[in-house]
Amino acid sequence: MTLYAAIGAVEQGLVYGIMVIGVYLTFRILDFPDLTVDGSLPLGAAISAVAITSGYNPYLSLVFAAMGGFLAGVVTAVLNTKFKILHLLASILTMIALYSINIRIMSGPNIALLGVDTVFDAVTALGVPAYYSGLIVFGLFAVCTVLLIVWFLSTELGQAMLATGDNPQMVTSLGVNTHTIIILGVGISNGLVALSGALVAQNQGAADVGMGIGTIVAGLASVIIGETVFGSKSIARAFTAALLGSIVYRLAIALALGLEIGGFSFNPSDLNLITAILVISALIAPNLKNRLMQR
Amino acid sequence: MITLDSCQKYFHKGSVNEVFALNDINLQIEEGDFITVIGSNGAGKSTLLNCIAGCFFPDTGKITVNNRDVTRWPEYKRAKYISRVFQDPLLGTCPSATIEQNLALAIKRGKKRGLGRGVKAKDRELFKSRLKHLGLGLEERLLDKVGLLSGGQRQALTMLMATMIRPEVLLLDEHIAALDPKTANQILMLTRDIVKEQGLTSMMITHNMKHAIGFGNRLIMFHQGRIIFDVRDQEKAALTVEDLVQKFYKSQGEELAMDSMLLA
Repeated sequence: MTLYAAIGAVEQGLVYGIMVIGVYLTFRILDFPDLTVDGSLPLGAAISAVAITSGYNPYLSLVFAAMGGFLAGVVTAVLNTKFKILHLLASILTMIALYSINIRIMSGPNIALLGVDTVFDAVTALGVPAYYSGLIVFGLFAVCTVLLIVWFLSTELGQAMLATGDNPQMVTSLGVNTHTIIILGVGISNGLVALSGALVAQNQGAADVGMGIGTIVAGLASVIIGETVFGSKSIARAFTAALLGSIVYRLAIALALGLEIGGFSFNPSDLNLITAILVISALIAPNLKNRLMQR
Repeated sequence: MITLDSCQKYFHKGSVNEVFALNDINLQIEEGDFITVIGSNGAGKSTLLNCIAGCFFPDTGKITVNNRDVTRWPEYKRAKYISRVFQDPLLGTCPSATIEQNLALAIKRGKKRGLGRGVKAKDRELFKSRLKHLGLGLEERLLDKVGLLSGGQRQALTMLMATMIRPEVLLLDEHIAALDPKTANQILMLTRDIVKEQGLTSMMITHNMKHAIGFGNRLIMFHQGRIIFDVRDQEKAALTVEDLVQKFYKSQGEELAMDSMLLA
């Protein structure tokens, strides 16, 4: 793997890491498997792209994107809590609805972001080489996201959220409306996912309605790899592990795609197979380790 | 004061599984009452407590707390006035959170939760002094995860959490039934002490006739969704286990021989 490819993979790991933090919040903290993310990632991209091409500041466009994602999460969570639709189904419904909505927002399946200002221009304007600007911007966003979410989960409200995922019966008896907490949590999660999508779009120079496919799989893969490799003893550690897991995941994919054994090499279309194998290895690794230790 | 005014509740109404769980319950829980609740399985004891706590709404009837109509209040809203301890020691605490985090959750019962620190330094001293009361050494383990504690320790902690903020009524649903006899006795003594210290109004479901007679100032007996016996003060103090079994026979007739055996 060339240095260039490695930088690219770390960059991807950081920007999608923001999405992974969102997935960790729903999947692990709230115990709410949420597939909305496959729709809210391109939603963020679409909103940001439309805002920028309409002349809004690229940073402001990120705020719009995050708000859009938040609303998408709220829809899923309301369907689940208030209308008693199974969480998986509720999130799938929102996800497919978002496919149409995203095309409406963009008035087409994609929008190019060429020759417009993006969040990277502010960094390159400081004299940073263009190929590092992604690392810096994504790194800053990802680290701030981890810090913010860890802080949030230490507040009264955040502690109630942790407890809601852990023991809903108990927090209800302590006067917490678990519905409100779930709606807020799934909203925040999808806000982060949309933010991640908006940054990806600005980086790759286009928003595309198909860019969200497989988001949840990549998210879960990163979460599981992060937990297996870096542990999840405390909240701070768990979220840092999720972010690092995202980087490891992208590096592993880059490594696999660059692999050449004799005449064989992987195609980009083998990505899903590689992801599945990665997740399976991460899931069975702790088991295997225990068994070997016992001998 | 809590009142239940002709409360009725059916489960699975209209199906073959229909259960008439609460049959026209009229009950006035006076300030400072410590009521023990007895009755065979399925008699409606837990249904009554769940109905007061707001796990479901009664089909008909009215529930008030301090003259405030709470009949249509959801459970989380009623939690401001009502606290509970469940039979399962795992239900009352949060295993992945630390002891101090659990207590910090409890100290906000019925209050707004904002973006202030979850566990405040000024509350730690309070937590420590309360925990010291339990005599389990938990005051030295504020940062331990609750999942590491035994069932008895968790139930003791739950008792503390339920009474951290003084509730209008404390509902105890067979809260010692899942513990070993020695631990059960400790939790029972703890319950008595806390109720006495804070002068709490409370209801305790039990299957132990001796406990039902020995604790509290009032006793109610349930059968088939109805309160069939309600005594207090001197009259209750004079009760014996035999009296209770007799009472059961009398009001229900021979068919309940099995139930009374269960109760004794």
